[in-house]
Amino acid sequence: MTGNEGADHAVALLNIGLLSILFIVAVAMARLRSLFAIVMLSGIYSLVSATWFVALDAVDVAFTEASVGAGISTALFLAAMVLTSRTAKPEKGATKIVPLLVVIATGAVLVYATIDLPGFGDPGSPANSHIGVEYLARTKAEIGIPNVVTAVLASYRGFDTLGEVGVVFAAGLAVTLLLGFGERALGSSRSQAAGRPRPKEVSGLDGKDGQSDD
Amino acid sequence: MGKAMTDHHVILRIVAKVLIPFIALYGFYVQFHGEYSPGGGFQAGVILAVTLILYSLIFGIAPTMRAVTPVFARGVAAFGFLLYAAVGIAALIGGGNFLDYDALVDEPEGGHLGQHLGIIVIEIGVLMAVAGSMTAIFYAFAGRVSEIRDEDW
Repeated sequence: MTGNEGADHAVALLNIGLLSILFIVAVAMARLRSLFAIVMLSGIYSLVSATWFVALDAVDVAFTEASVGAGISTALFLAAMVLTSRTAKPEKGATKIVPLLVVIATGAVLVYATIDLPGFGDPGSPANSHIGVEYLARTKAEIGIPNVVTAVLASYRGFDTLGEVGVVFAAGLAVTLLLGFGERALGSSRSQAAGRPRPKEVSGLDGKDGQSDD
Repeated sequence: MGKAMTDHHVILRIVAKVLIPFIALYGFYVQFHGEYSPGGGFQAGVILAVTLILYSLIFGIAPTMRAVTPVFARGVAAFGFLLYAAVGIAALIGGGNFLDYDALVDEPEGGHLGQHLGIIVIEIGVLMAVAGSMTAIFYAFAGRVSEIRDEDW
């Protein structure tokens, strides 16, 4: 007991509420067929999980989830959705038994595994007793910046972060190589707006790709 | 951008016009305040890319591509990644390990200038790589259709 039972109960209530919203949104996403609604719900899911991360004191993770999950993922899903149909195909046949059993079994195993996890905020847990303590103790003397998360991310684990940036860059490169560079939009918008005078500055931008569309 | 767009989305366009500069400013705040508060290059890069995406959703992809060309977005992404790696090599030349920021600046024991400098430069590299890559990915998707049709809203 921490002596703050009232606050503990409030946090527990908050957690239960946020997790219930996540559950409801997830079920709704699984049942819906309209892709637009699913994309919007996934943005809501990300925002609610970001809120939950704040409740867990993981502010940096919450911020990343809000900007990446709710922000850019939603926008990219919308952009991808414009290229495809608006609704998913309905499932054929009745409820499939084998996938349901697999999901239930996996869920049961995961729930069983959580029994061995240390309690939330447990000072004796591995995350709070080994290297985390070291980072907290050393950052002020060695790095000299207040945000320990940035110190770990940018300095202590700078090489990891370089790899992460490389992954982001490689993802961008792979998508552009697969889908094209996107300059086609300049060419086709020019041909659609045939009635208007063509903007001169466009002509230098698009290559042969845009010309072939005309 | 036909006549329908000017009729239907006038509120969206006005609101976006007001919001976009503030979103971009917030992105830079997140970038340069990352040492003191949650945030950093990843989040700031995403926020800056989102400003571009919002602009292109409201005003169309072609004007966006004219303002920030796809070539520029790809170049920024590559340059950011190389900038990050260059800091590591600079540390090597300074006599330290790869990405050992203490070796960047010749300073007495206990000084933090090298660390601060290294973190600021690599965060700018992260910002450029993330913002450029995200913009390039969005261009790759959105560039395949020139305009968002009215019924898609």
